[in-house]
Amino acid sequence: MTQESVLILTLAGAIGTGTPLVFAAIGGVISERAGVINLGMEGMMLIGAVTTFLVVNKTGSPLLGFIAGGIAGALLALIHATLAISLRANQIVCGLALTIFGTGLASFIGKPIEGAGLEKSFNKLKIPFLSDIPAVGTVLFKQDVLVYFSWFAALLASLYLNRTRTGLSLRAVGENPATADAMGLSVVRMRYAHVIVGGLLAGFGGSYVILRIVPAWSQAGTTNGIGWIALALVVFASWHPLRVIGGAYLFGVALQANFALQAKGITVIPAEFLAMLPYLLTVVILVVLTANRRTRGAGAPAALGLPFVRDER
Amino acid sequence: MIAARHVSKSFPGVLANQDVSFDVSAGEVHSLLGENGAGKSTLAAILTGLYQPDAGHVELNGARVALKSPRHGLALGIGMVHQHFRLVSQFTVAENISLGDRKQNWILSTKKVEEAVREIGERYGLPVDPRARINELTVGEQQRVEIIKTLYRGAQVLLLDEPTSVLTPQEVTTLFDSVRTLASEGKSVVFISHKLGEVMDISDRVTVMRDGKVVGNTAVADTSREELARMMVGRDVDLSAIRATKPAGAPLLEVRGLTAKSARSHVSDASIVVKAGEIVGIAGVSGNGQRALAEGIAGLTPLIDGHVTICGTDVTSKGSIAARKAGLSYVPEDRNGTGLAPSLSISENMLLTEDLPFLVNHKSAVAKAEEAITTYSIKTPGASTATRMLSGGNVQKVLLARELGHDPQVLIVSSPTWGLDVGAVEFVRSKLNELRKEGRAILLISEDLDEVRALSDRIYVIFEGKIVMECPGEGADVTTLGLAMAGARA
Repeated sequence: MTQESVLILTLAGAIGTGTPLVFAAIGGVISERAGVINLGMEGMMLIGAVTTFLVVNKTGSPLLGFIAGGIAGALLALIHATLAISLRANQIVCGLALTIFGTGLASFIGKPIEGAGLEKSFNKLKIPFLSDIPAVGTVLFKQDVLVYFSWFAALLASLYLNRTRTGLSLRAVGENPATADAMGLSVVRMRYAHVIVGGLLAGFGGSYVILRIVPAWSQAGTTNGIGWIALALVVFASWHPLRVIGGAYLFGVALQANFALQAKGITVIPAEFLAMLPYLLTVVILVVLTANRRTRGAGAPAALGLPFVRDER
Repeated sequence: MIAARHVSKSFPGVLANQDVSFDVSAGEVHSLLGENGAGKSTLAAILTGLYQPDAGHVELNGARVALKSPRHGLALGIGMVHQHFRLVSQFTVAENISLGDRKQNWILSTKKVEEAVREIGERYGLPVDPRARINELTVGEQQRVEIIKTLYRGAQVLLLDEPTSVLTPQEVTTLFDSVRTLASEGKSVVFISHKLGEVMDISDRVTVMRDGKVVGNTAVADTSREELARMMVGRDVDLSAIRATKPAGAPLLEVRGLTAKSARSHVSDASIVVKAGEIVGIAGVSGNGQRALAEGIAGLTPLIDGHVTICGTDVTSKGSIAARKAGLSYVPEDRNGTGLAPSLSISENMLLTEDLPFLVNHKSAVAKAEEAITTYSIKTPGASTATRMLSGGNVQKVLLARELGHDPQVLIVSSPTWGLDVGAVEFVRSKLNELRKEGRAILLISEDLDEVRALSDRIYVIFEGKIVMECPGEGADVTTLGLAMAGARA
């Protein structure tokens, strides 16, 4: 190994651990911008992960596995959409139910393969020239193709939301569905589409965990609650896809700190406490954001969590 | 231009439109006058394509059309400006106008829209900054955006639903100028309203509706306010000014240097006196501190500075219960919300302000509520109906019944007739007058300048949290009051 410091390696690792958060949180942003909260994200990530695992070991293609993981997440999101949009169920309750359902389903499907290893995955992809830049090159441009894809997804989501006609309609649906409806837009169709895309991205997030972070299926340990962190990240990023990236990597650092410090042999802080760090960070950030009058609810879509019923003023 | 021919429409239990015929020609301003529930909105919904008539049909330029939806209507040049604006408040003006416009490219460019907004604004006297966010605009400007939106989509017929209910007198003048410009350019304007004065002022022709039927159709030049009022209500109504007949007594409510804040409303250094047997009006455009003033007096928000005395008792910052005990009742503007708990029944709501024992006696509460239902002739299936199921006028009656049940010496009423139909307005006004005769002190906070002028013995004008003017109610001049409401120094 070259003379790269622990810091740089930690940062490079943080990008890896932050990537599932990037995918899932962008999915969360898209779904919530349409006005639908998705508390089922953790379940969708787990289903995505187990599907990816099975498909990769069956076909030997990590790409197929990744796509299948996304589709699995999207299918679970379709259930959420049906309950929350068509049947106007309480979004919090059915989101929670979906997480429980997704977790259960994933462990059921994964029973025979509990503890087994993933046979094939993506390799790191050095970007020519850029990866030669000292420090920055190692941190940013010696990652796998999915990391680059996550950046692309964030950029695409941002452009879509802010620069396209459909993005404008989507935002209108999340802010004021009655107005969107009056302007001839189909609130139901828009919400379905974006909740499903949100699930697809959450599924991608789960796939990434199994492909690049913990390449073995373990029901309890695969996503380890990061679906919930992604949910907090949506708030942290004030519903902007590009801001998700920074936040996700901040959490990535928190998740990596444990390993980095242990590797250095620093044991002043107990490892258990370090493992708590990302979750603690989530709580702290949410408290800070909501305690401050200016940032409370800033950027939150006005109709978030509210089912749309025509003719109700 | 557009016409409804023998249109009928019924909803479960209601015949909303019965053999209604109505037409507007190009360049004409045609008013649709009637009380709430007279069928104006249903007719408008049929003309714009929201509802399809059960019988009869709609004609556009002499040809029969079947309007499938408001979008279809708009595509044919029929645009509607709703009373509750259909705008996304977090979007800019240009974004709102682009919303749902399929002529736009998929990749948005608001440049063209911005130009069009400026151009339409100049042509019809509707200036508005296309890049401003809706929530930064005044209500009058938001209304302009709504009108521009329909014009941008090529509307030839414009239906304006109660357009003046949210405007200051000056804004009404500007709106009427634009309406006249629109008509002179050959557009047809349907002006839906229950305000007689405005209808007389702006329209060429008037169609009056009552109980789902057309009861009159006449040129404005050939009629009078009195005749229209009679047609609209079906009997003679008296909404003329009423003032105190006896000189006012001792001061019952004294407010000195009140400074307070309440949800987005602030008032500073306000001093007000209301005497026994007097109605004192607070005129002002909504959002200028009325809420903080009322809640400060009622003890719902602690005072930052100042003193409040009710019937000689100092209740400064002592809370709402102390204010009530001293003899105050407060009828807030937000009836189902601040005033009443919308999901509770009438009888439960009546109990809310009472000193209750631990175990509630529902039987006597229901009996009391039933008594109120009879005295106030509240239209409801029963005392156990949730107040959110009632119409605006009946909700107000429940609230009045409860507040007046405490036999208050001082009463604060905020926008007491907002959204009520003429019959209910008449009821509330005569009730207030009755209380005045009994020697109570009433503080009337209202945006409706006509109402303030018609009832008050004295008027204060509030602007940006300050009392900027005080004058007697008799002979108060609309222009002077309107200017003070808009912040101009007289």
